[in-house]
Amino acid sequence: MPRKPVADIEASRLPADRLRKNFSDIAPTLDQHQALIAAQRCFYCFDAPCTTACPTGIDIASFIRSIATDDRRSAAQTILDANIFGGSCARVCPTEVLCEGACVRNGGERIGAEGEPVQIGALQRYATDWVYAEQAALFERGADSDKRVAVLGAGPAGLACAHALALRGHRVDVYDPKSKPGGLNEYGIAAYKVPDFAQAEVEWLLGIGGIELIHRPGLTKTINLEAMAADYDAVFVAVGLAGVAALNIPGEHLPGVRNAVDFIADLRQSEDLSDLAVGRRVVVIGGGNTAIDAAIQSKRMGAEAVTLVYRRGAESMSATGHEQEFAKSEGVTLLPWAQPRRFLGEDALTQVEFERTALNADGQLIGTGEGFRLHADWALKAIGQRLDAVPLAALDFHRGKIKVDADFATSMPGIWAGGDCAWCEAQPHKQDLTVQAVEDGKRAAIAIDRALRAEQE
Amino acid sequence: MADLSCDFVGIRAPNPFWLASAPPTDKAYNVNRAFEAGWGGVVWKTLGEDPPVVNVSSRYGAVSLRGQRIAGLNNIELITDRPLAVNLEEIRQVKRDWPDRAMIVSLMVPCTEDAWKNILAQVEDTGADAVELNFGCPHGMSERGMGSAVGQVPEYVEMVAAWVKQHSQLPCIVKLTPNITDIRTSARAAFRGGADAVSLINTINSITSVDLDQMAPTPTVDGKGTHGGYCGPAVKPIALHMVADIARDAETRGKPISAIGGIGSWRDAAEFMALGAGSVQVCTAAMHYGFRIVKEMDSGLRAWMDAKGYATLNDFVGKAVPNVTDWQFLNLNYDIKARIDQDKCIQCGLCHIACEDTAHQAITATKNGQRHFEVVDAECVGCNLCMHVCPVEGCISMQRVDDGSFGDWTTHPNNPMRKVAEDS
Repeated sequence: MPRKPVADIEASRLPADRLRKNFSDIAPTLDQHQALIAAQRCFYCFDAPCTTACPTGIDIASFIRSIATDDRRSAAQTILDANIFGGSCARVCPTEVLCEGACVRNGGERIGAEGEPVQIGALQRYATDWVYAEQAALFERGADSDKRVAVLGAGPAGLACAHALALRGHRVDVYDPKSKPGGLNEYGIAAYKVPDFAQAEVEWLLGIGGIELIHRPGLTKTINLEAMAADYDAVFVAVGLAGVAALNIPGEHLPGVRNAVDFIADLRQSEDLSDLAVGRRVVVIGGGNTAIDAAIQSKRMGAEAVTLVYRRGAESMSATGHEQEFAKSEGVTLLPWAQPRRFLGEDALTQVEFERTALNADGQLIGTGEGFRLHADWALKAIGQRLDAVPLAALDFHRGKIKVDADFATSMPGIWAGGDCAWCEAQPHKQDLTVQAVEDGKRAAIAIDRALRAEQE
Repeated sequence: MADLSCDFVGIRAPNPFWLASAPPTDKAYNVNRAFEAGWGGVVWKTLGEDPPVVNVSSRYGAVSLRGQRIAGLNNIELITDRPLAVNLEEIRQVKRDWPDRAMIVSLMVPCTEDAWKNILAQVEDTGADAVELNFGCPHGMSERGMGSAVGQVPEYVEMVAAWVKQHSQLPCIVKLTPNITDIRTSARAAFRGGADAVSLINTINSITSVDLDQMAPTPTVDGKGTHGGYCGPAVKPIALHMVADIARDAETRGKPISAIGGIGSWRDAAEFMALGAGSVQVCTAAMHYGFRIVKEMDSGLRAWMDAKGYATLNDFVGKAVPNVTDWQFLNLNYDIKARIDQDKCIQCGLCHIACEDTAHQAITATKNGQRHFEVVDAECVGCNLCMHVCPVEGCISMQRVDDGSFGDWTTHPNNPMRKVAEDS
C-alpha cells in the first residue's frame, strides 16, 4: 500500500488473517491439566492475602481448592457469589496489583522455587468459562418482593446491582441508551481481552429473571430524578463516566483527532476489522489503561508508528507497570514528560506539537517552554472520562462525582449510586475498575434491599 | 571412593541396587538393559509351573498427590505369563553374559514338596545365584493358594523354606507379605525353616481409587476391578517399620534382609540399609523413570558414604537399629519449641491455622493488629506439626529447650506399672 504524505488513514493495513490473529484471545483459557497444575501451586493460605486484596473479596483459596479437586462448579459458585462479573474480571482485572500481587508465592527465593504468583486470574477464568458456555443456572431469583427498582446504566455496577436485587426478589428495570448492555465491558475494554465474551456473560447474568433491559436513557427532559424516585421504590445510578474530557487546545477539531474511547468502541463493535481504518502514524495522549489499550490496538491494526505521550513520569501513569511493559513489547513508544500544545494541519491532522514538562520545586507540573512536534495522521485523546452531571444536578457532588455514603446512598432519599460515577466517602481512594464497580453494585443492592425490607415492616 | 560392592548371603554384586521381581525383570531384553544401566542385580520376575498364567489388560492404578505422579502404584498383574522353559533359557544366557551381577530367581508354585523340588532343580541348572520365594503377591495367585496365601500362614512359610533348603544348594530368600498383623511372625518362621534371608515388603492390598462414573474400582477391567498390590513412595514408611521390626527382634536380630518398598533414591536406600538391610530392591521408581535412575543412586550413595567416612556398606548397615526403641524408653524430659524465622516467613498462615484448629493454639495470627505469626512458648508442646505444614524450607525449626535430664515412662509417676527403685 503506497504511503500518503498526510492523512494516511486506511483500513486493511494488515491481511485479514493477521488482523484476526492480532485480535484473538490474548490469554486463552487453561485446559484441565494446566488448571490442575496451576491450582496445585496454591498454598491455601489462612486468611489469604489474595482475598484481602480483591475488591469483591472472592474466597480465592477456596475456589482454587475446588479446581484442584476437579470441581469447577463449586469454584464458579464461590467466585460468582462474591463477584457476578467473575468472568470479565478474570480477563480485565489488573491482577498483578490485586490478588496475584498479594500472593505469598511472590516470596520467590524463600520458598525455594520461582517467585511467580499463582495464576489466579487464569484459574478464575477456567472456573467460570463453562458457566457462560452452558448458560448454567447457578442462581435462583428470590420470591417476588413486589418492589421495583430502577437502575440507570447497564455496566458492571448497574448489572451487578440488578442481579443482586433480583436474587432478593425485587423487580429491576435497567435503563441504558446503548444498543448493547455491558457498559465498558462491551464498549471500553480492549478487543483482545474479551473477544465475544461480554454479551454471553450479560445474557447469563440476566438469566436469573426479573430484570428488564430498557434501551433508552432513564432520565430525559420529561423524567427527572424526582419523577423516577417517585415511580420506583428505589433508584440506583450507575451511569459511569460517559463524557470525554477535552484538551481545549487549538486544532482539536481537525479530522484525525479522536477520542480513544471511540476508537476502542469501534474496534469492539466491528464486524470485520478489515473495514476499520487506522492512522499510519498514531499519537496517543494519556497515561491510563484506555491510552495503553488504544495504543496497542492501533499497533495491532497495522499502524506503523505509535507514540504514547504522557505529561508526567511513567511511574505516575495509572496504567500498571505490567500494562506499560506489554505496550512496549508490542512496539509502542512511551514518551513521558510532555503535554500537547496544539494540533497542526490544513484540512486534516499532520502533526501534534508538544511541550516538555517537569516538576517545579513545589512538585507542581509545569511546561518547560521547550517544544517539539510529532508527525501524526491520528491523535487519540485518552485523558480521562467525566460524568455528565446535568441530569443528576439534584444530587450532591464531590470532585465531579456523585457523593455517596458507605451504603452508596446519595444525598437524595431513595437514590443510591455506585461505580465510576460515584465518590464514596468511606473509600476515598476507590479506583475506577470493573471489579470495584461490581463490588459497589453488590453492596448498594444489599443496602437497597435492607431499606426496602425496613419499609415493609 | 566408597566401595558399594555387596556380598549378601553369598550373592555377590557390584552394588546393592537390585531390581525387584516385577515387570521390569520379566525377560532378557529388560534385564540386559538394566545391567547396561548399572544395576547390581535383579530378582527375575516370578516363575511358576506351566501352563503359564494369563494376564488382564488394564493392570496398574496410580495415586497422584498434588501434582506428583505415582505417589503410589497398584498392580493386578500376575507372575510371568511366559513358558517356564523360555524364562529359564533367558536366565541362563543373561547370567552367562553378566557374571558379576546378581541373578536371583523368584519362584511361586503350588504348596507341595514335589512342585518346589521340581522347579528348584531347573533353576539351579541355569547358573542363577539364588532363589526368592514369592510368598507375598496379594492378588490373583493368592486365590489359588499361592503367594500371600502362603505368606500369611507362618507354618507354611517355615515348611516351604525347609523344602527349598533341603532340595537346593542355592541361597534362599523368603519374600514377606505385609498383609499380616505382625511381620516378625513370618520372618521368624522363614528363618526357622532355614531361609538365608528375608526380603520385604511385598505389595499391600489396595484399591487405588473408585471410578465414580463406572462405579467400579480402578484399574478397571471391563467395568469391574479387583484389589491389587500397592507399592511406590507412599509405602516406604510402612516398609521401613517392618524392616526395623525384624532387625531388632530378639529372634531375628542381625539376620540378612533385602529391603523393598518405595525406594527410588540413594537416600531411600541408605535409610533402609541403616535399619539393617544388606541390599535394596527397586521397582516403582524404575517403572516411573526407567533404569537410568540407578546412576544417581550409585553416585549419591558413594558421595554420602565418602562424606560420612564409610568405606564399605557394612560400615553403616544396621547403624540406626539401636536407636529404634519402644515408646516407653523415650526421654519424657526432652522438650522442643517451634521457632519461626520471620525473615523467611511468607505470611501464608498455614502454621497458625493448623495449630489453632488441630493442635495447641500456640501460634498467633496477628501482633499489634498486623498479620504476624509467632509461637507462644507456653502453649507449644513441640509436636512439629507447624514445621511440617510450612511450605518454606527452613522457616520453622524446632529448638531444644530442656535441661538435658532423662526420665522415661518406665519410671514416670503416672505409670501404674513403673519400676520403683526400692522394689528391686
